[in-house]
Amino acid sequence: MINILEQRKKQIYKKGEKHFDMKCETTSLAGSVSQRACVFCGSRVVLYPIADALHLVHGPIGCAVYTWDIRGALSSGPELHRNSFSTDLNEIDVIYGGEKKLLSTLIELIERYQPKAAFVYATCIAGLIGDDVSSICKKVAGLTRIPVIPVQSEGFKGTKKDGYAAACHALFSLIGTSGNEQKVPFSINILGDFNLAGETWIIKEYYARIGINVVATMTGDGRIDDIRGANRAELNVVQCSGSMTTLAKLMQEKFQIPFIKVSYFGIEDMSEALYSVVRHFDNREIMEKTTKLVSSEIERIMPTIADYRRKLSGKNAAVYVGGAFKAFSLIKSLRHLGMNVVVAGSQTGNNDDYTLLKDLSDEGTIIVDDTNPLELSKFIQEKKVDILIGGVKERPIAYKLGLGFCDHNHERKIALAGYEGMLNFAKEVYSTIMSPVWQFRVSREGTEDI
Amino acid sequence: MEATINSCKLCAPLGASLAYLGMEGTIPLLHGSQGCATYIRRYLISHFREPVDIASSNFSESTAVFGGQSNLLTALANLKRQYNPELIGIASTCLSETIGDDVAGYLNGFDEVPTVNVSTPSYQGGHEPAFWKTGAKVLEKFAQKNTTIEQINLFPGMVSTEDIRYLKEIFFEMGIKAVLFPDYSERLDGESWSSHQKLPKGGTTVEEIRGSGSSELSVEFCTVWQDTPGNALSSACEVTNMRMALPIGINLTDAFFNTLKRPVPEKYLSERGRLVDAYMDNHKYIFEKKAILYGDQELVIGLASFLSEIGIIPVVVASGSKSGNLEEQIKSVISFGQDQVMVKEGIDFDQLTRLAEQFKPDLLIGSSKGYHIARELQVPLIRVGFPIHDRIGGQRTLHLGYRGTQALFDRIVNAILEKNQELSPVGYSYM
Repeated sequence: MINILEQRKKQIYKKGEKHFDMKCETTSLAGSVSQRACVFCGSRVVLYPIADALHLVHGPIGCAVYTWDIRGALSSGPELHRNSFSTDLNEIDVIYGGEKKLLSTLIELIERYQPKAAFVYATCIAGLIGDDVSSICKKVAGLTRIPVIPVQSEGFKGTKKDGYAAACHALFSLIGTSGNEQKVPFSINILGDFNLAGETWIIKEYYARIGINVVATMTGDGRIDDIRGANRAELNVVQCSGSMTTLAKLMQEKFQIPFIKVSYFGIEDMSEALYSVVRHFDNREIMEKTTKLVSSEIERIMPTIADYRRKLSGKNAAVYVGGAFKAFSLIKSLRHLGMNVVVAGSQTGNNDDYTLLKDLSDEGTIIVDDTNPLELSKFIQEKKVDILIGGVKERPIAYKLGLGFCDHNHERKIALAGYEGMLNFAKEVYSTIMSPVWQFRVSREGTEDI
Repeated sequence: MEATINSCKLCAPLGASLAYLGMEGTIPLLHGSQGCATYIRRYLISHFREPVDIASSNFSESTAVFGGQSNLLTALANLKRQYNPELIGIASTCLSETIGDDVAGYLNGFDEVPTVNVSTPSYQGGHEPAFWKTGAKVLEKFAQKNTTIEQINLFPGMVSTEDIRYLKEIFFEMGIKAVLFPDYSERLDGESWSSHQKLPKGGTTVEEIRGSGSSELSVEFCTVWQDTPGNALSSACEVTNMRMALPIGINLTDAFFNTLKRPVPEKYLSERGRLVDAYMDNHKYIFEKKAILYGDQELVIGLASFLSEIGIIPVVVASGSKSGNLEEQIKSVISFGQDQVMVKEGIDFDQLTRLAEQFKPDLLIGSSKGYHIARELQVPLIRVGFPIHDRIGGQRTLHLGYRGTQALFDRIVNAILEKNQELSPVGYSYM
């Protein structure tokens, strides 16, 4: 018997129920086993893919060691980001302060690795013992002549979303510092794609084919010099809006760069992303190239998708991911495969997101914010789910109950963005749902009243 | 270098959580930020490939200012309602320790669920001492002294689920009643579920812990840490504590069986016999090969002894933790090649990379996290210990006893053979 805690009931909605007032953007309940992480985690995931920067975690070892080389964010050049650098504060440092250690650590690391910039993440302890991370950064920047940027990401100072915002502010402090303000014609910045399994490369190739110039990618396969010159773009194209809208707004205000929100997952959203960029530039030649690209890509993948659809039709899926935008795209992609999404949720969606999610969902779909393993198990059994789409913490829940699983988190090693990604996604879904191993499933077929 | 680059140790609350997961019906609760619990869960899940529920008291900014009492009590009440656990295992974090939260004081008067609490700030020690210390706290809390009974306590440390199952089998075969703690062999390596299990079955029971105070003997596979269950029980209930190295290799496994002071069953004598036979059949392939060994201190001590007895020289034995006792223990368990061994405590993978470049070993033995060194130097990596994130079955790796040694021996020899075969211009399928 799994009880839903009273305080959690407002973060769960079943489509079709009359009253919709999703409570979200709150901190997690004490004592819950949340699938969320902390402020630091939010900052770290956003900035992590910048490959030629030094990422120094200022605090005791835990925060640094658990984030060592865990993302699938690829680089076409330097790979400094794949290391884990920590000031590894010990008891003496906690008592007497960690500023001296931070200073000498930063200087020695910058000398050794010659990075283009350094990000210094303040963790819980840095904040509590009152280390003045900003002034140390300023001092080191003066000595080493590279940007040294404090990231105020003390774990307890909010949720993962506040960490995204801290990362956006860190990025913003770099933009416009290249000394070049000349706009690049027909140009964009890609925001909120992290080049997991090379996804940024897939997207960039599409833009290249239609004649759109990419100035900076933030942060997939990111480079400091590109980011410094990101003010030269004419448009910001924001994926993963939960993490990157803050930056887009800051850039709009300071550099008058407008932004649009897109998603590169699934056939419609990928196509719509390209078209909305093209609409912004209102150029006939680009539009023609885009139409050609979209139709040729769709033509290329549709026969295979149709094959999968025949086999997957009528299967049930549950989607629980970090950001709500990703959930929207997944619902549409799964529909292409003839599947029903019966549970959908995110760790960090806001009220607008959940309203959209509700509108997009079928009757009876359960919508959840910041769920936990107990609820998730209850819902996926109740709704007779065939596949759960989520991250590494959700995976064992599905497998333990004998259900399929597809990893759609930052650790994935298979590209799921773009048309190519849609094919991979369909194959992933197909290869888990159709596996013969489920014949040995011991769990009861989803019972109605768990 | 002042910086720690690619750490070879994990943080203290991870060790505490794992120890608590070896208690039946127990849910670990980390008193601090949400990230601590989430990161540790992800890290454990990627090794054990099982759901790992660890709760958090979810500090906010105001909690950090006004103290964590109300969050802790809310967390306990919510856990009681959602999980109805037999025990809540609380571990502090850097955050709650630094603001000076008095967890013991907060728990005063709370009796809805039994609790244990341990102080585990990440800036003090690391996962290894925290794992042992948490065990000690559990025993201090529950063990009771009664008339001595014919029973042995075994505190194996942070070993694999298959190691635990094998140790239990040995006791069963020898007809010895034993309390093995912590025992996460079922909980973290369990069967497929028929329905959701909030607190998967398995683990040492509170009842067993209570009775451990009446055992005739404690055996503890620990030689470098002091704040341990065996020592706690020796002080509290005067149970003799035999501290010894992890039984890996013939010498240390013999020592373990000798400690039990019972006839060794035929089954294990023949495992031993076959192992001796394998050593002799294959000794030449590995003679004077150089290995770099890294990981938890108790594990590298056991492995160093094993390597030394088969003719492999552990040129570097390294651990991310610092006990101050590693070198002495390593020197006490190895004889062959002793003068060629370098022992390093408090190392990180950056330092280890440089040592590997310098020593040019024939193989690496340790967790997954040394893979990039193996890849760079084109040297086989024998994956042992924790974490094994890049292979399946890491949680089931058997290291201990004659049987575990046999498995390790075969893997090591075959890794060397495979390397030779790959490099050979001829490519024999016969040797």
